[in-house]
Amino acid sequence: MLDGVLVGAVYGLAAMGITLIWGVMDVVNLTHGAMIVAGMFGVFLLVGATGMPAYGALAPVLVAGFFAGIALYWIAIHRMIGQPPLMSLLATFSVNLVLIGLGTAVWGTVLFNVQVSLPGLSLGRYTFPGTHIMAAVLTAVIAGALYLFLYRTRAGKAVRAVAGNREAAELVGIPTTRILALSCGLGVALACVSGALIATLFPFTVLSGDAYQLKSFVVTVLGGMGNPTGALIAGIALGLLEGLATPFMPVSWTLVIEFVLFVVVLIAFPGGLLSVRLRRRAR
Amino acid sequence: MARLLRRPFFWIIAAAILAFALAPHGKDVELREGLLLAAVYIILASNLNIMLGYAGYVNFGSIVFFGLGGYFCIWFMGALHWGLVPAALAGGVAVSVAALFFGLGILRLRGIHFALATIGVNEAVQAFVTNFEPWGGSTGIYLSTELFQPLGGPAQALWTIYYVLVAIMGLSLYLSYFVKNSKFGMGLLAIGQNEDAAAVLGVPAPRYKALAYSASAFLPAIAGGLYFFKGAFIQPADAFDLQLSTEAIVITMLGGSGTIFGPALGAYVYEELRGWLLTSQTFANFQLVVAGVLLLLIVQFAPGGLMGLFYRRLPRLKRILE
Repeated sequence: MLDGVLVGAVYGLAAMGITLIWGVMDVVNLTHGAMIVAGMFGVFLLVGATGMPAYGALAPVLVAGFFAGIALYWIAIHRMIGQPPLMSLLATFSVNLVLIGLGTAVWGTVLFNVQVSLPGLSLGRYTFPGTHIMAAVLTAVIAGALYLFLYRTRAGKAVRAVAGNREAAELVGIPTTRILALSCGLGVALACVSGALIATLFPFTVLSGDAYQLKSFVVTVLGGMGNPTGALIAGIALGLLEGLATPFMPVSWTLVIEFVLFVVVLIAFPGGLLSVRLRRRAR
Repeated sequence: MARLLRRPFFWIIAAAILAFALAPHGKDVELREGLLLAAVYIILASNLNIMLGYAGYVNFGSIVFFGLGGYFCIWFMGALHWGLVPAALAGGVAVSVAALFFGLGILRLRGIHFALATIGVNEAVQAFVTNFEPWGGSTGIYLSTELFQPLGGPAQALWTIYYVLVAIMGLSLYLSYFVKNSKFGMGLLAIGQNEDAAAVLGVPAPRYKALAYSASAFLPAIAGGLYFFKGAFIQPADAFDLQLSTEAIVITMLGGSGTIFGPALGAYVYEELRGWLLTSQTFANFQLVVAGVLLLLIVQFAPGGLMGLFYRRLPRLKRILE
């Protein structure tokens, strides 16, 4: 069950990518699932080609994801900023089609996995797989780095300013377009690196992205839109829920439950579950 | 009724139905299969258009209607031994009612959230059906070919199914027209432009959206029933094939969302393009990629689609057709 917490942290990382783009740009990135898969295959190919350890491949995947995100911004999103949500949804959706189409054409839909052997950690009766611990630790490191970036650097402050009010940010001399491209790059980099971590945990196919994308949305609405910390907490909660549910029902049902949760939360708590707590505190 | 007969759209749709019905001469099976697929595309796209084009809500999971309709119909026939017509109709009604209740729930969500929910609907329904034993789980349901006997044997049955599907295609186009020219349709268009303003002016937005969602479910569900009856087999991966959903979106946007003939034109152009791509060696595997690039180009540079381009050149055409 505690194992769910470790896996959930990675879900949280994936959701941070989506929530960052959503919060800053008001665009829902439907290429998210495809980018997660791109991260998975990035690790798979790097490990296969160079024989480097899987965790060493995370850095190049992160950097590649960042540039892919900037490219995505200029190709699909730039013209859609400020347009009705329908248009940006369709634009990112079409890029998703292209990526998934390329992926299935090259790799088909068979299962892949990345072999990582790490000693597990035994605590009393329980044994935690080493890969899960490593993934959770790396997630914490990346989340911490993101926090430092957003709250301690000039560029990070600019990102938050644009998220708060784009026109006001523009007025005080922040180059908003560049900041938007930057946050898109960051968001996609987070998606790729979380995909890379997931690849060390579970086997995957070209089409796995959809399920993780749905999980990311669930986590995002649980944690509140545009709230990276909330995303991490909600991700852990979701992982915990999965860990709790699996002894009682087949794994394939979890998607149904998560979706029901998604709709219920959206209707009952449109600001995310955490917002309820924050509002109480404000009172 | 007499006024109806004077409208050009009535005759154009009637001509299209006749062309579809007569073109295969009752014997050209290959042409029939191609046209059948085109008819399914038109049915899906033009019903999707009610949500996407009129109310401005993307429904990424429109294929759920088609797949669930298929499941209901096959199950009614296989397990309860109903005839094809009551089974397909009951499937349509069942899916429509489900969509109405479901719509009242999820259509309280607006804009982006609704779109996300529709992606989830498809995933969740597929996961549900895959685990639902009465419907065969992941292996699906097979129908005995004896069920083709009441329709005069398999060969004759396929023709009957084709004609019925063409009729449903016609009904879809008429439905598009009537919705667009009714008070209900005006309300949807107003929601599409500005939901808050529409609500202030007295459009019951949540109810209208749920009704549109439900109305756009009925005909695709019946079409799904017929389509899967034709193959006498249904399984989750085919029934909820996300590719058909996405193709319906590409087709609607290509032809022109919010127009009546756009989806039909888009389906024709897309079907031609697809036929050409499938025969060319290099592109056969890249169908999704081409669809994606096409959609990206439309969204970025011609959001009105083909009909949008025509109407801008020839504003009079719009008065005649719509």
